[in-house]
Amino acid sequence: MNLATTYMGLALRNPLVASASPLSRTVDGVHRLADAGVGAVVLYSLFEEELAAEAERQSWIADAGSESFAESLSYFPSAAGEEPGPRRYLSLLERASAAVDIPVIASLNGVSPGGWTGYARAMQEAGAVAIELNIYYPPSDPRVPGRQVEQRHVDVLERVKSAVTVPVAVKLNPYFSSTGEMALRLDEAGADALVLFNRFAHLDIDPETLTVAPGLGLSRSAEARLPRTWIALLHRRLRASLAASTGVEGPEDVAKYLLAGADVVMTTSSLLRHGPAHAMVLLDGLHAWMQRRGFADLGELRGKLAVPYGVDEATHERAGYVAAMQTANSTMYGPW
Amino acid sequence: MRATLDGNEAAATVAYRLNEVCCIFPITPSSPMAELADEWSSRRRTNLWGNIPSVVEMQSEGGAAGALHGALQGGALTTTFTASQGLLLMIPNMYKIAGELTSTVFHVAARSLAAQALSIFGDHSDVMAVRQTGFALLASSSVQEAHDLALVAQAATLETRVPFLHFFDGFRTSHEISTIELLGDDDLTALVPEELVHAHRSRALSPEHPFVRGTSQNPDVYFQARETVNPFYARTPSVVQELMSRLGERTGRHRHVVDYTGHPEAERVVVVMGSGSATARATVEHLVARGERVGALTVRLYRPFPAGALVDALPRSVARIAVLDRTKEPGSIGEPLFLDVLAAIAGNGDGSRGSAIPLVIGGRYGLSSKELTPGMIAGVFDELSRDTPRRQLTVGIDDDVSGTSIAYDPSLDIEPAGTFKAAFFGLGSDGTVGANKNTIKILGAEAGLYAQGYFVYDSKKSGSQTVSHLRFGAEPIDAPYLVEQARFVGCHQLGLLERPEVLGRAAHGATLLLNCPYPAEDVWGTLARPIQEQMLEKAIQLYVIDAARIAREAGLGGRVNTVLQICFFAISGVLARDDAIARVRESIEKSYGRRGSRIVEANLRAVDRALEALARVELPTKATTTRELAPVVPEDAPEFVRRVTAAMMSGRGDELPVSALPADGTWPSGTAAYEKRNISEIVAAWDPDLCIQCGNCSFVCPHGVIRSSYYETSRLQGAPRGFQSAPLRERGLPQTSYTLQIYAEDCTGCALCVEACPVSAPGEPDRKAINLTDREPIVSAAREHVAFFETLPVAERSRVDFGTVRGTQFLEPLFEFSGACAGCGETPYIKLLSQLFGDRAVVANATGCSSIYGGNLPTTPWTTNADGRGPAWSNSLFEDNAEFGLGLRLAADGQEGIARRRLAELRDEVGSELVDAILGARQLTESELQAQRDRVAELVRRLAGIDGPVATDLASVVDHLVRRSVWIVGGDGWAYDIGAGGLDHVLASGRDVNVLVLDTEVYSNTGGQMSKATPLGAVAKFAAAGKTVEKKDLALQAIAYGSVYVARVAMGADPQQTLRAFREAEAYDGPSLVIAYSHCIAHGIDMRDGLDQQYRAVASGCWPLLRYDPMLRATGANPFLLDSPRPRLALTDYTRRELRYSMLESSDPAEAERLGALAQAAVAQRWDTYEEMATRPARRFAADARKEHR
Repeated sequence: MNLATTYMGLALRNPLVASASPLSRTVDGVHRLADAGVGAVVLYSLFEEELAAEAERQSWIADAGSESFAESLSYFPSAAGEEPGPRRYLSLLERASAAVDIPVIASLNGVSPGGWTGYARAMQEAGAVAIELNIYYPPSDPRVPGRQVEQRHVDVLERVKSAVTVPVAVKLNPYFSSTGEMALRLDEAGADALVLFNRFAHLDIDPETLTVAPGLGLSRSAEARLPRTWIALLHRRLRASLAASTGVEGPEDVAKYLLAGADVVMTTSSLLRHGPAHAMVLLDGLHAWMQRRGFADLGELRGKLAVPYGVDEATHERAGYVAAMQTANSTMYGPW
Repeated sequence: MRATLDGNEAAATVAYRLNEVCCIFPITPSSPMAELADEWSSRRRTNLWGNIPSVVEMQSEGGAAGALHGALQGGALTTTFTASQGLLLMIPNMYKIAGELTSTVFHVAARSLAAQALSIFGDHSDVMAVRQTGFALLASSSVQEAHDLALVAQAATLETRVPFLHFFDGFRTSHEISTIELLGDDDLTALVPEELVHAHRSRALSPEHPFVRGTSQNPDVYFQARETVNPFYARTPSVVQELMSRLGERTGRHRHVVDYTGHPEAERVVVVMGSGSATARATVEHLVARGERVGALTVRLYRPFPAGALVDALPRSVARIAVLDRTKEPGSIGEPLFLDVLAAIAGNGDGSRGSAIPLVIGGRYGLSSKELTPGMIAGVFDELSRDTPRRQLTVGIDDDVSGTSIAYDPSLDIEPAGTFKAAFFGLGSDGTVGANKNTIKILGAEAGLYAQGYFVYDSKKSGSQTVSHLRFGAEPIDAPYLVEQARFVGCHQLGLLERPEVLGRAAHGATLLLNCPYPAEDVWGTLARPIQEQMLEKAIQLYVIDAARIAREAGLGGRVNTVLQICFFAISGVLARDDAIARVRESIEKSYGRRGSRIVEANLRAVDRALEALARVELPTKATTTRELAPVVPEDAPEFVRRVTAAMMSGRGDELPVSALPADGTWPSGTAAYEKRNISEIVAAWDPDLCIQCGNCSFVCPHGVIRSSYYETSRLQGAPRGFQSAPLRERGLPQTSYTLQIYAEDCTGCALCVEACPVSAPGEPDRKAINLTDREPIVSAAREHVAFFETLPVAERSRVDFGTVRGTQFLEPLFEFSGACAGCGETPYIKLLSQLFGDRAVVANATGCSSIYGGNLPTTPWTTNADGRGPAWSNSLFEDNAEFGLGLRLAADGQEGIARRRLAELRDEVGSELVDAILGARQLTESELQAQRDRVAELVRRLAGIDGPVATDLASVVDHLVRRSVWIVGGDGWAYDIGAGGLDHVLASGRDVNVLVLDTEVYSNTGGQMSKATPLGAVAKFAAAGKTVEKKDLALQAIAYGSVYVARVAMGADPQQTLRAFREAEAYDGPSLVIAYSHCIAHGIDMRDGLDQQYRAVASGCWPLLRYDPMLRATGANPFLLDSPRPRLALTDYTRRELRYSMLESSDPAEAERLGALAQAAVAQRWDTYEEMATRPARRFAADARKEHR
C-alpha cells in the first residue's frame, strides 16, 4: 500500500504532518515525531513579537543591578542582554533538519514587514525546506475594514515569496467573510500551500476568580467540520496544496480529511494528548482503513467526497448545495 | 590607535596577548582583568603567537598561584590578575617562583588589606606585603602606563628571569576610563622576541631531559644557593630601563625606572609611586611656574630598588625630601618606600654626590582610595618648608590623635582652563554610570579630544548612589583625583540634591541639570532654603527635565540615562549641539542594536522627547522658601550615631578626625535603623480586613520592614490617626489586637511579601492582604505609626510559638534594613536566624555579600533587642570563616568550662540550690533559656557580694552559662570553593557549630563568577559557555560523616521546613549544616519572582529539600528525611525563567539543549539516590561515634 504523497512540491512518505507545537521544541522532540512515522514536521512557530519581548526582558534583567556597586558592576558575561534573536530557532531548524530524513518545515509568526522577510530568509538559509506563515492579527481595532485585513495577508505572503525560493504555506484563520475568496487570492499571490485552519488563543473568563484567562485548549474531532467543509470546497480549485489542521484525533479523522481533498493532514492535539507515538496509531489506522476499503494509494481516495469540480458552475446550484450540507445526515456531506 | 578604556582592560589586553595560561580567582578590583581574559578566550581570540590562552578559575588565589607555578614549570607563559588578600594568599608560591628564577608577570590592581576592617579600595598595602618575595615590582601611574608597562614587565621578566608584579592603583587606575594610545602587536613583538619565549620553555620540566627542581637544602648549601640569584636582580633595573627606552622610541612615551619632574635646582622634592605621582608631577609643574624650587620623583620600578637611578635623578640642590607611601606599617620607623629612599640616599648611590644628605621625611596618604589632590601635594611642600618638618606625616586626613596630619589648601585648582569638568549624581538603577561611560566613549572617539571618567559607588547594593566624574580636553588627561569646580553638574535624582556634595562640586556659574517631576516654573519653590541660597551664591544656571516621565513614555521604564545624556549634550556645549545629537543617536544604534530594534527605537524616541522637554529655569535674586534641610539622623539617636555615623551617611566621612573613629574596628550594632533611605517609590501596605495574620509576609521580607505585634486592645487609645490594627485571630486572647506594621521608609518595594501573601480579595485576585502602594502620600503618617508601634509591647519570647511561621512573626528581627539588593534571597534566612537565636548568637561571617550588607559602613543591620542583647558579629576573611567560627566555639566551650568549675567551687557562697539549677539546666526551649537567664542574673547579683579571685574570675565568664549559639554564615563561594577545606574540617570536628550556607550558586558579591555550586548548564562568568560540571552535593558530603546535622532548605518552597531545619540544626549538639537556596540578582530574574523560582527549583527536583538528623539514627530511625515531593515540573519549567540558563539558549542553542538534557537526567538520578536513602534502615548510615562514646 502506498501512502506517499506530495505537499507543496515536497515528497512525503505519508500525509500525516506534525504541526507546530511544543513537541518540536528540541531536536530530540523532532526525532521522536519522525520515529513515530509522521511524513513531515512543522517546527513550533517563531514569534517575532515574543522575540522582541524576550529581548527587552533580557536586556532589562541583564542590566538590573549593574553599575551600582563597586564590586559587581555587572553580573553576567558581556553577551548577556544581547538580543536572543532567532538563533535558538534557527539552530534547532538546522540541527533538526540534519537529524531526520523527513522534511522539516519552519513556521513563522511575524509582526513587522522586515521581520517577516528577514526571518523567512534566515530560515531558508538555516535549511528550511519550506516555510509556513502563521499569520495572526489579534482583534484589536473594531474599525479595521475587512479588505484591509485580507490585504495584509496577501502582502505578507507576497513579501515573503519575494524573499525566499523555498515553498511558502499560509496558515489561515476561518474568520473571513469569504474564506474561499481569500484562499483564491492567496493562491493567486503565489501560496504553495494553504493550511486550514489556525486556532486562536481567544481569551476566556474565569467567573470564579473574575479574571481573564487564556482560552486555548486542545482541539476535538468535532471541530474538524469547518476546515473539512472548506477543503472539500477548495479541492482542485487551487494551485496550492491543501493541508488540513484541527480535530485530528483518530485515524478516521485523517481519512475524512483526505476524502474531502486534503493533500496532507496535520495534527498537534492528539500528539500532545497521547504522546508522539500516537502518530503510529493514526498511520496504522489509516492503513487498516484503506485496506478495508480497498484503496491502494492516496490518489484513489483523495477528494473523493469533495465538492465536485469541473461541473458547469452555472448548472451547479452552489447555494443549494451548501444548504444541503446544513441538513445533517441528509446528504453525504452531513457529518461535517 | 586611540581607545577609551579603563586601567584593567589596558593591562589585560597586553597580558592576554603575551600569555598562554591565566590562572585566576575573582577579587575586587582586579576581577575585570580576569573576566576580560576569559571572555576573549571564550571568543577564541588569539595571543601574539596565534594561540588561544586558556583561562582557569581556581578555588582561591592560593590555588591560582599553585596552578600558575605548575604551568610555569611546565613551560607555559602564565599570568594572573589579583589584589589584596588574594595577593597575600599567593605569597608562598611567589617565594618559590622567584627562588626558581621563573619568568611571569602578576598584574595587580593594588588594594587595601583587611586590618581593622576590609576595604575594597586602592592603596599599596598589598603590594608592599610582597616586596620581600623576590618579585620585581613595577608601578604604573595611569591607564596609559598600565598598558605600556604591562608590556615592559612581560619583556623584562623574560629577559631577566626575575618574576614581575606589575601594579597600578585599585579603582583609581583600574577603573578609571581614559583615552589612551594602544600598543600594536608589532610593539609587543618588538619587545618580546620569540627566542625569549623559547628560552622560557626550555627551562621547563620534561621527562625528555629530566632534572629535579624544588629540592630540600640543608645548612651546608641553602645560604649560598640563596645568594646565587644576586646577579639576576642586579641587572634588572637596567634591563627595565632599556625596555622603557625602546618602547619610548617606538611610541614617543618616554619613561624611566625613576623619573624626575620639576625645577632643575629644586630644594624640596616629593617622592611618590603609583597614580599619586601624576598628581605630584602636575602640582610641581604648577608650583615651579609660580617660581617655587620644587620637584617630584616618580618611582616606577620599586623592586629591585633602583637606588643608583634614584640618587642620580635627584638634583644636587635638593635639601629636603618627603617620601609619600600609600600604605601603613604600624610600629615601623617609616613606611617601606620612605625607608628605601632613605637607605638609598644614605648609601648615596655611587658616592659621586658627596656626603651631604638631605633631610628625608616620610608620609602616608591615600589609604583605601582616599584622595590625593594637588592641594595636598602643595601642603607637603609647605611642610618641607617649615623649620622642623614632621619626620612622619599624614596628608588628607585630620589626625587629632597623634598629630601626624598636615594642613593643606583644599581649594587649590591647577587644572588647565581648557579641561571641561562635569559631575553627575544618580542611582545605580537609573543608568547614570552607563550613560556617562557611553558619553566618554563618544567624546573619546572625537579627533583631538581626550576623555576621562571615574565613578564612585556607595556602600549599599540597593538604592545605591553613584557619582560620575568626567573630564574632557584637548590634551591627555592625567588628573587622578575627583572633579571639583565642575562646570556641569547633573543631578539625576531630585532626592540627591540635598547632599552637600552635589552643589559642593559645582564651580561658580556652573550649569546644573536637575531631573525632577515638577514643571519648570514650580521647581524653584520646592527647593530647601540652603539649596536655593547655594545656587544663588554660585550663580548656577538651572535646567530641569522630567526624565522619569519621558523615559516611561518612551518605553524605557525607570532608566533615565538616555534622556539625561542627551540633555547633557544639548546644554553643556562640549560638542556642537547638532553634532552631539547625531553622535548620541549613532551610539544608541550601535550599543543597543544588538539588543533589538524596539530598544533602539525607544531610546531614539527618548532623545527626541527629551530635547523638546528640556527647560531652563531663571532663578530669582534671593531665596524664597523657608524650608530647612532635614537632620540626617533623628535628634534622639545615640551620640556616636549623631557625631560619626551621620557624617558618613551624608557624605562627610572624609571630614571625620582620627579621634572620632574606634581604634580597633569595633563599631556599635544597630545603626541601619537610623538611616531612613526611602529608596523605593512604592512600598508595602497592609490590608487588615483581608489579612489572616499568617506571618508569611514578614517571614520572607528580606529587609525586616514588616513587623507584627499583638497587644491589649486598650493600648490603641492614643494611637495616631490611621494606625492600623485588627482583632487578633487567636482563641483564648479576647480584647487583643494585632498590627502588621510596615516600615515604609525602609521598604525597598521588592514585592516578595505580596508574592508570599496567600489571600486575595474576593473577586480581585490581584489585591492581596499586603500590596504595594506609592510611598510619598503615606510616608509621613507611616513615620508616626512606626513610632507608635515601637511603644507597643514586644511579645514575650517564651510565649511565642517558635514552631510555626505564624509564630515567628512575633519574634523581633535582630537583623534589619540591610543594604542588600531589593528582594535579596539571602537576608530572609539571616533575619530568621536573628529572630530565633539572635539574643545568644555569635556570628562568624565569611567575606561576600553577607559580610558587605552585614558589615559595610556607614550603617549596619545587626542590631539588639530592648535588653541590649543581640547577635555579636564578626568577619575574619573569605577563606577562613569555618575555622574562625570554630574558634569562637572553642572559646565559648572553654569559658563555659571555666564558669562551671568556678561556680562549683563557689557552691557554698552562692548557694547550692542556685548552683545546681544552673549547672543542671537544660537549655533548649525558650522558656528554659529564659529561666537560665534569670538564674544567671541572680548569680551575678550574688557574686557582687562575694569577694575573692574565684568570684572575680567567674564574673568574667558568667555570660557563658547561658547556652551560646555559634553561627558560621557565608555564601557558596566560601563554602564550596575557597573555604571548602576549612568547612570540611570544621564539620568533621564534632563541635557544636551551626553553618548556614547562603547558596546563590555563584559568586554574587564580585559579580557573578562561577563557583562549584553553579549548576550544570548555567552560564556565569568563567562559564560563559555554560557550566559543564554538575554542582557539588555538599549535603551528601556532610552526611557521610554521620555526625553532622544537615538540611537543605528553600524558604520560597516550604517555609515551615526551613523553620524546622533551623531549629533542629541549632538544637543539635554537634556540627550542623543548613544549605539555603538563595535566589539572587545574578540568576537573571525579576527579583519579585524569587520565591516562585525557589518553588520551581524544588518542584522540578533541582533543589530537593532534605534533613539528615544523626539523633534519629541514634534512636534506630532513618535519619535521612526527604522533605519535598517527587519532581512534578520539568527542569526547564524552572530554568527557562532565568537568564543564567536562557542566555545559553540564545548563544549556543545546541549546547543548551545538550546540557539541559544532561541536567534533567542528573535531577532524576539524584532523586533516585535520595529516595533510596530515605528508605534505608538506620544502620546503613554512618554512626555518630562521637555520641556513642559520650
